[in-house]
Amino acid sequence: MKLVIPSIHYLAILPVLIFFGAALALVLVSALARGKVPLVVATSTVVTAAVASLVANFFQWRCVAKAGASVTIAHAIVLDDFSVVASGVIALSVIMTALVAHDWAIRERVSGVEFHILALASSAGALLMTQANDLIVIFLGLEILSIGLYVLVAFDRHRATSSEAALKYFLLGGFASAIFIYGAALVYGATGSTNLSTISYFLGTNVLLHPGLLYAGGALLLVGFAFKIAAVPFHLWSPDVYEGAPTPVTGLMASIVKVGAFAALIRVLISALGTQLDTWRPILWTLIVLTTVVGASLAVVQRNVKRMLAYSSINHAGFILLGVWAGTIRGTAATLFYVITYAPIVVATFAIVTLIGGVGDEHHSIERYQGLARRQPWLGAALAVLLLSQLGAPLTTGFYAKFAVLASVVDAGGGALALIALISAAIAAFFYLRWAMALYSDDGPEGPRVEVPRLTGMVIGFGVLVTVVFGVWPGPLVTLAQHATVLFTP
Amino acid sequence: MNVPAAWYLVLAAGLFGIGAFGLLTRRSALIMFMCIELMLNAVNLTFVTFSRTLNDISGQAIVFFVMVVAAAEVTVGLGIVVSVFRRRSSTSVDELSELKG
Repeated sequence: MKLVIPSIHYLAILPVLIFFGAALALVLVSALARGKVPLVVATSTVVTAAVASLVANFFQWRCVAKAGASVTIAHAIVLDDFSVVASGVIALSVIMTALVAHDWAIRERVSGVEFHILALASSAGALLMTQANDLIVIFLGLEILSIGLYVLVAFDRHRATSSEAALKYFLLGGFASAIFIYGAALVYGATGSTNLSTISYFLGTNVLLHPGLLYAGGALLLVGFAFKIAAVPFHLWSPDVYEGAPTPVTGLMASIVKVGAFAALIRVLISALGTQLDTWRPILWTLIVLTTVVGASLAVVQRNVKRMLAYSSINHAGFILLGVWAGTIRGTAATLFYVITYAPIVVATFAIVTLIGGVGDEHHSIERYQGLARRQPWLGAALAVLLLSQLGAPLTTGFYAKFAVLASVVDAGGGALALIALISAAIAAFFYLRWAMALYSDDGPEGPRVEVPRLTGMVIGFGVLVTVVFGVWPGPLVTLAQHATVLFTP
Repeated sequence: MNVPAAWYLVLAAGLFGIGAFGLLTRRSALIMFMCIELMLNAVNLTFVTFSRTLNDISGQAIVFFVMVVAAAEVTVGLGIVVSVFRRRSSTSVDELSELKG
């Protein structure tokens, strides 16, 4: 028997290679170097790798524009505009996080390059998920992403909560991965393949006499994804982990896990199981209702801002799922737009939370924010804009993002669902506004002034700029998202 | 003797169920950890069985991926368990009570 080596289109996997390569280079340098590798070297390596990945994304985009979407490595990896845009967002989040983490590491006296190596490795997993065209590749991407994050969550050795959160995240994350891969095994049994294109083709040309196996497999896959994106009732880990993790890590988790998991979820549900739309829609419906309403309601009663943001991100996950529920190209574009705009907002928000948290990363009660905008008008205003954007206020990206997913759902005949999501947004508005009001309030104890280091300041400024500029003028991003989903390879 | 494939699937489902049940009811981090391994191995058995019935080699290849992932999880997981144990001299998840809500 002749062994056939699958052909590899190196441009398609270039961003993943860059991230892994940079991580390996840092490991080597730190092992070979005499003494400690300076923090500046580590941070600039991460930023350089992410910028290089963005440049690679640009050439990928041109390649797709010229030659169309393509699959490579035995159809396991796909290169299309959707993956290009999603990887671009991940690279951008990594740059922002690396800059915030640089200032954080100086403040907390964390030395060594492990943080950066792990951040690079787990982002490579997220990149892989955006390009995966095979259930096993999705699983591998998910694990590369998660295993790096388990360690990053445990990174703060001075706080007991950090390692506790890591243990919880690890046990529940491992549980979710096992469920996911069992789902993949059942789908493999039902359709004879783990390749998404083959599954889609098989389901399009055959009528299953006993669809039970496929349904069970699909349901388990969905549960696995729901764990990762923290959809209710699989969200229990998320507030604890968000609170326990070092704050820059929380920002990274909130952005890249969402981008990677949603990209993969869309490929599985829309591309592979698109023919089973009527089967998975009711399940997703229930999931969305629970996620949006429970996320928003529980956020209201929190006093710790990191927990509050965790529940808020659960609520956002529900909104992003709305676009998936629609199952149309319009819905997919809306989902992508939401993810593109949400990632910079959430990283910038956690950058501010990192600053206010102070040395030891411990001061996260909402009282700490009392009167922040009077002491430091720029910082306060930046946080207010970011919160208003998460709320969905007009003239911010959050508004158009929410509008787009809701419009796509109404378009697909989900009026009731859109209404429930809107009500949850109204509940969520309560705590965003309460927080924003606290920034400008006069009474209550005075918190201390916080230094704003230059790099973190740049990240916050960038987040606010993106929010406002594309909030006023969403055209280019909307076109980008639409363009990226029109050429979606089934 | 020829054992029908369905039996293997039922066995795998049983193992997976035992693992999931154990994970949800046991309180020791190490036992919960073993339960995850049990679940992953049940998945491996399922893949091999389907690979046999479908007459398709890729199901067996996947098993190696799952094994590697399981090994990677073990290294990281044990590291985390040790770091928690150093702080509290216990691996019971009931005592992890600093985070609530």
